[in-house]
Formats: sequence, structure tokens, C-alpha cells
Amino acid sequence: MTVLLRTEGVRKAYGGVHALDTCTVEVEEGSVAGLIGPNGSGKTTLFNVITGYAKADAGHVYLAGRKITNLSPDKVFALGIGRTFQLTRIFASLTVLENMLVASPNGRAAARRRAMEQLDFVGIAGHHAELAGTLSYGQRKLLELAYVLVADPAVVLLDEPAGGVNLSLVNHIADRIRELNAAGKTFLIVEHNMEFVMGLCDRVTVLDSGTVVASGPPGIIRTDRRVLDAYLGEDLGPEKAAEDE
Amino acid sequence: MSQTGAGTQARSVLKVTDLVAGYGGGDVLRGVSLDVAEGGITCVVGPNGAGKSTLMASISGLLRPRLGSIELDGRNLAGMSPRQVLRLGVVQVTQNHSLFRDMTVRENIELGGYILGDRALTARRVTAVFEAFPDIAGWAGKKAGSLSGGQQRLVEFARALMLEPRLLLLDEPSMGLAPKILRTVFAAIRQMNAAGTTILLVEQNARAGLRLSSHGVVMESGRVRLSGSGREVLENPEIGALYLGGAVGAG
Repeated sequence: MTVLLRTEGVRKAYGGVHALDTCTVEVEEGSVAGLIGPNGSGKTTLFNVITGYAKADAGHVYLAGRKITNLSPDKVFALGIGRTFQLTRIFASLTVLENMLVASPNGRAAARRRAMEQLDFVGIAGHHAELAGTLSYGQRKLLELAYVLVADPAVVLLDEPAGGVNLSLVNHIADRIRELNAAGKTFLIVEHNMEFVMGLCDRVTVLDSGTVVASGPPGIIRTDRRVLDAYLGEDLGPEKAAEDE
Repeated sequence: MSQTGAGTQARSVLKVTDLVAGYGGGDVLRGVSLDVAEGGITCVVGPNGAGKSTLMASISGLLRPRLGSIELDGRNLAGMSPRQVLRLGVVQVTQNHSLFRDMTVRENIELGGYILGDRALTARRVTAVFEAFPDIAGWAGKKAGSLSGGQQRLVEFARALMLEPRLLLLDEPSMGLAPKILRTVFAAIRQMNAAGTTILLVEQNARAGLRLSSHGVVMESGRVRLSGSGREVLENPEIGALYLGGAVGAG
């Protein structure tokens, strides 16, 4: 398999705190890769570095072997990395369709048709004339996904696509990702919903304190000691237990 | 649990029964029941989205529950305002730092006694808090904003103690703290408990939190999945599955 997206030794500090520390992550072409880790482990920061929303202090990002480190967000997007955000960034006072056409302002019929196709694919075409602000939280996530898909990026980065979304919509989102992946689309997904991640991803990478602690297929990751340690935290020792005796 | 069991039997300070609560269209808590034993530390852990913070917000009156009850010494708190809940002695230390940065440590702690409305009583309690925590007394004249994250956490505890809480709610006190500082903060929690304060602790560092606590509760997807003594829960292998999926009793 070819590595399509790769971060190599990425470091990023905010104040004195290392949000990312020599972080190396690979996403194979045509795969659905998962990125998990406890709160504050650096997942969104890595997304921000990859997509140009944050500058790496050190290390590099490669897309199909090409160095794209610290390019601006619009350049990264143009090179083929699309992303969604944990808290969706839509224009609430534009209609759903207008949101889709923001990036193609001339509003040609072809652009409109493509936009409607994507809305139809994610399942919200029926809402195209409504204000985006009236959509439910889950529907906003679908709108953002549709928006990203219009540009037909090589890799799609999804930041908590299932977060705060009801179960039937979570399954719907998972099905859409599977369908896109079957057609060849590559994904990197940050998500706390473990059933979603483990059920969907070919490979899962686990971050803790900005560093990769494990990477492998879901079945292995689930029972990996280091992953459990990352999630359950450091046991500070038996002081209390000793008092109990 | 059995009423005749040995050791840790104690009456409940707080009894949460079939609690349903949430925001907007969905329920975050989907029928949560748990007891907080008098004189103990009850630690609630669980993966992101389990509902831990929603539970805290429901108890402290910041969120009105949809169903179920929250009884403090037999009195239902559900539907009360945060102010009423505070007056009944339930004091919360929030997840995010909440000191007034430009005020001194002493002034911040004095503010913890604001609702007492009694200067003399406030002064006596400040003295008591400083006696219990000499380190904090040493920072009395410093601006709160000049303290480290761990030190600020300790001052937040001291401020909460000003009301001599019937129940102290600690929401992820370890958030953002380095392991070494964590020990100091956890030692302070142990000290407050040893002095008689009943504590309900929500903790992200599950192992450290459970180790510290007399009782442990694991929540997942808005429900209680495991409970027992802190040590039983700590040593229960099912806890990993609750965090990483493929869960026990999920449904």
C-alpha cells in the first residue's frame, strides 16, 4: 500500500505545553484511518497542523510524497485535503445550497448540480432551500461533509463526525463513509465514539500527550496495554490502598 | 448493595435515582442512579460523552433534570436553582479555573464565604482554612493569576471549604496538571476528606481517581455500567472495554 498522508516528527507547543511531540502518523491510500486518544492528547492539533490552521514548530507533513508543511489552509485544501470541524463551521444565515456554493460564487448550473448531488448523497437534499441555521446538529455535520466532498479531495479529515449526533444519524454517517471509501476515498477520522471508530477503521492510531503510543488494526488496539494506560491514566500509587489495610 | 455488609457502610448524603437529563433534543443521562456515602469519596469515571459533567451540572442546579430525583439528605434538589443548592451545602469546584486572577488569594477565598453574609464568621473560616493548608496561607497576598495551575486548584478547594460543604463536587481537578502536581492536588483531596468532607469526584485520570476513593462508579453512554468500592472498580478488567468499546452489558 502507498502512504498518502504522512506526518513526520511533528512538534507543536502552546505556551510551554507540548501539544504534539515528535508525532508521526501515516494514512494509507484508500484506507479509513482512525485517530483516537484521551482529551488533550493532540488529535485536533494534529488536524490543524496537517491542514495549515496551526504551524508546526518542527517536523513535516507530506501528501503523496510532497512536502506540504505549514502551507496555508486554502493551499492545503486545493492540494487535496478536505476537513470538517468538531464544531461545524457553516453559514447559519445562508441556505443549505448557498453554503454549498460559497466556494463557487459564479453559481454555474454545473456547480449547482454537483452541490445537489452531494446533498442528495449525504441525505439532506430535501433541506436545500432552508437556512443552514435551522438544521439539526447532525444535519450540520452532513452539510459540512457534503461541502468538503464537492471539492473531491484525495483525503478527507473528519473531526468528531459522530460527536453529539443521534444513533440513527451516526449509522447513516458511517454508511456514507463506507460507501465513499469503497469508491476509493481515503479518510482520517478523529472520534471518541469507540463503536464508530472500531467498526469503521482499517487502522487506528492512538495519541497520548502529543505522541503516538500505538497504531494497528482495531482488534489489536482495543486490548493494547499502552492504549488502556493512555485512557485510564497513571495510577499514582498505593498510598490510599495502604491506608485501607 | 447489602445493608449488612462490613466496613464501609454509611448513610447516603446524596441519592440520585433514575436521573434523565440533557441538552436540546437528546438525553445525555439516560437513567442514572447512584449514592454518595457520608464521609467517603465517590469517584465517577467514564469515557468522553459518558455524561459525567452533565451529572455534575444536574446536581449543582445548573441543568434542570427531565426525570428522576437528586436527594440531599432526603430533600429533592431537582429543579432548584444553583443558589438554593449552594445554600443547602453542595459546593462545586468546576473543571476550568475559576479564580479572579487580579484579586489576591485571600480575597478569592473570602469570596467563597460571600453567601454567609457574616464578616466575623468569614474571617474565622479563612483562618481555619489557612491553618489546614499552610501552603495556601503563604500565598495569601499574591495575585491568584500569578499562581501555577496546581496552586490555583488548591485555592479553589480552599474557597469551596469556606461554606463547610455538606457535599463537595470536584469536576476533573486533574485537568491540565502534570503528574507531579497531580499528587499534591490529590493529597489535598484526601486531606479534605480526612477532615470530614464528603466528596463526589469526577475524574479523567480513572486509575488515580479510583485509587483515592472509597467508592467508584463507571459511567458510559449516560448510564452507570459498573460500581463498587474504589478498589473493586479499579481492578475490574471490564473497565477497559467500557473505554475502548466492545463493551460489557452495552445496549
